[in-house]
Amino acid sequence: MKTKKPFQFLVLIVALVMTLAACGSSTTDTTAASGSSDTTAAPGSTDTTADSGSTDTTSGGDMASQVEVFSWWTGGGEAAGLDEMIKVFAAEDPDIEFINSAVAGGAGTNARAVLASRLQANDPPDSWQGHAGQELIGTYVAADQIEPLNFLYDEEGWLDVMPETLIPLISKDGNIYSVPVNIHRANVLWANPTVLADAGVEMPTTLAEFFTALDALQASGMEAPLAMGEQWTSMHLFETIMLASMGPDGWDGLWDGSVAWDSAEVTQGLEDFAKILDYTNADSSALAWQDAGQLVLDGTAAFNVMGDWQEGFFREVGAVPGTDYVWAATPGTEGNFQFLSDSFVLAKNAPNRDAAIAWLTVAGSNAGQDAFNPVKGSIPARSDADRSLYGEYLLSAMDDWASHRVVGSLTHGVVANDSWKSEIDTAVGLFLLDRDVASFQSALVAAQAASG
Amino acid sequence: MTAEAPETKSVSGRREIFRMEHWWGVVWVLPSILAVMLFVYGFIGWTARVSVSAWKGLLPDYTFVGADNFTALASDPRFHIDIKNTAIFTVVFILGCLAIGLGLAILLDKGVRAEGFYRSLFLFPMAISFIVTGVVWRWLMNPAQGDRLSGLNLLFDAVGLDFLINKWYATPTWGIAAVALPAVWQMSGYTMALYLAGLRAVPESLREAARVDGASELQLYRRVIMPLLWPVTLSAVIILGHISLKIFDLIIALAGKQVALDVPATYMWTTTFDGFFFGRGAAIGMVLLVSVAVLVVPYLWFTLRQDRA
Repeated sequence: MKTKKPFQFLVLIVALVMTLAACGSSTTDTTAASGSSDTTAAPGSTDTTADSGSTDTTSGGDMASQVEVFSWWTGGGEAAGLDEMIKVFAAEDPDIEFINSAVAGGAGTNARAVLASRLQANDPPDSWQGHAGQELIGTYVAADQIEPLNFLYDEEGWLDVMPETLIPLISKDGNIYSVPVNIHRANVLWANPTVLADAGVEMPTTLAEFFTALDALQASGMEAPLAMGEQWTSMHLFETIMLASMGPDGWDGLWDGSVAWDSAEVTQGLEDFAKILDYTNADSSALAWQDAGQLVLDGTAAFNVMGDWQEGFFREVGAVPGTDYVWAATPGTEGNFQFLSDSFVLAKNAPNRDAAIAWLTVAGSNAGQDAFNPVKGSIPARSDADRSLYGEYLLSAMDDWASHRVVGSLTHGVVANDSWKSEIDTAVGLFLLDRDVASFQSALVAAQAASG
Repeated sequence: MTAEAPETKSVSGRREIFRMEHWWGVVWVLPSILAVMLFVYGFIGWTARVSVSAWKGLLPDYTFVGADNFTALASDPRFHIDIKNTAIFTVVFILGCLAIGLGLAILLDKGVRAEGFYRSLFLFPMAISFIVTGVVWRWLMNPAQGDRLSGLNLLFDAVGLDFLINKWYATPTWGIAAVALPAVWQMSGYTMALYLAGLRAVPESLREAARVDGASELQLYRRVIMPLLWPVTLSAVIILGHISLKIFDLIIALAGKQVALDVPATYMWTTTFDGFFFGRGAAIGMVLLVSVAVLVVPYLWFTLRQDRA
């Protein structure tokens, strides 16, 4: 009987250490800046926000001297980029205290759940991050939680420096609702040039060429020439194939209601998607997007379709552009820039409205965007950025951004609201299991009816 | 907090003292009774209300829609997959835990040296959170084939057990059974502890009587000990069963968000917080509550009645 005591003690200690570790990590994650832990931990108490703010500013300031900005940028290039932008903000508006209420985890899922409960409790942060487009509009405009920003676009002349085709995608009924700080491109095909050369395959530019290239690679003994990752990356592949198959007008039409989901065009797109899945790896559900990219670098696969954050990963692991990897628009989407963007909004009834507008002004300014984007590995939404700050891939993306037709991404919240997107996600997930085009299409029709 | 109330009841030997301090006792547990009323039963009521509402989107919409959310679930192909997955998971998880737990308990009961050490060793996985287990087993059960073998598959390859190499949780239809393996690993030690306590409670005289009557060891276990362990098995099934119905963290850590390995709890989370279908999410929550209640309530009723008798 005596022997068991030390072990029980050990279990207790381990449990205690684990608890402490859990507490420690969660606090460091949520408190990217002073005073933010209080505000995120206690949604629903407006007093906490004000108190923690005023105790921090020892110089003593009134309510207008602070701005609370909510995001899920707590790590990596995103958090570093945000810090750079906060520095610019501190230089421009030194008397406004910046309260960074970032919530970690789940690629924003946790943060949005916290934000939802704060908005339901009528305790909005002054400004928050969201994917530009319908994800913001469908959720927060529909719930009457954010203000139109047309006045700011007019004052700052942003309409002249941002692509004309971008504006309708971030507006509703003529009202612009957010300030995009960065732009990512979704329709990029990444390839391993050595593998292509060995198999005698050119970089494909149309869907037909893509299928020919994939067939040739399979014939040369490569089982799965197109690397794909977990479920959301299949939806990412889905959106680029649909864009290629339907063209930009057809794609836009799906979201504005002018093209029906049960039309023959859609059927064709779904069949193309079904066909492309035959070239993907069987263990995709176990891979993150980085793992899928790694397969291309390793030469296990020839291609990967992923947004241009894949380039950030490639550079991080020391791969050389042009030698270890090459890129092009996803076959059939040349001339189109399928974009996604992180953007900031102005809360309706923002506690510190003027300070929030000052923050948005910095977020949309050249200084703010050029501080954020080189660190994050994305391009600015403005076309008049300082080109010397960006690398080879980003420069090519900047040229395309300025000249291509801009269309929206589905997976990353531009074209459909969250409800619609999550229904499509379910439909894609079911399709990966049964590969039945007819039931996929009827699920997509139902998805629009349930949430469109 | 919820555990406090039954605890005071179970100390039956001190009834007399409790009668004297009865009112003080009530005062002391009052805060936790109030908290449970609000945070458990209050929110169950609220969830029930939301589950019959049309709430979709950020802000509440309590328009009454009757059983619409429930009938939609009944014909929802994703929910069908959830039910199938829960069924497979539950069967593999419970049978695995019972078999391994009983086996370990019998071995320990046979009088192994350093029993305390082994007992702690087998019980240890329970101290780990399902998230940690999920992440580690995600690596162990890497389904990659060919020259990218890793984890257990690589081990099988190295020791020449190639026929065991499989796609684990990426297996079509049965992948969820692989997800149950880490859960078995984690909870079979606990089942062992339950069975060990049960075995220790079997009086030595019964075993000896059976042996005197000429029973073999196998017969002894089958005819004498197992029937006596029946209440332990029932408790274990109830406890493991409700864990299995509510499983969430293990799935998220191991499988992420994918329909193939979806269970009701993960569907509830994604549809509510990614898709803002609050009505549907609450309906799934109610289905989960009822299915757990079907399992637990008869058991509680049975044990309470036994206590009183």
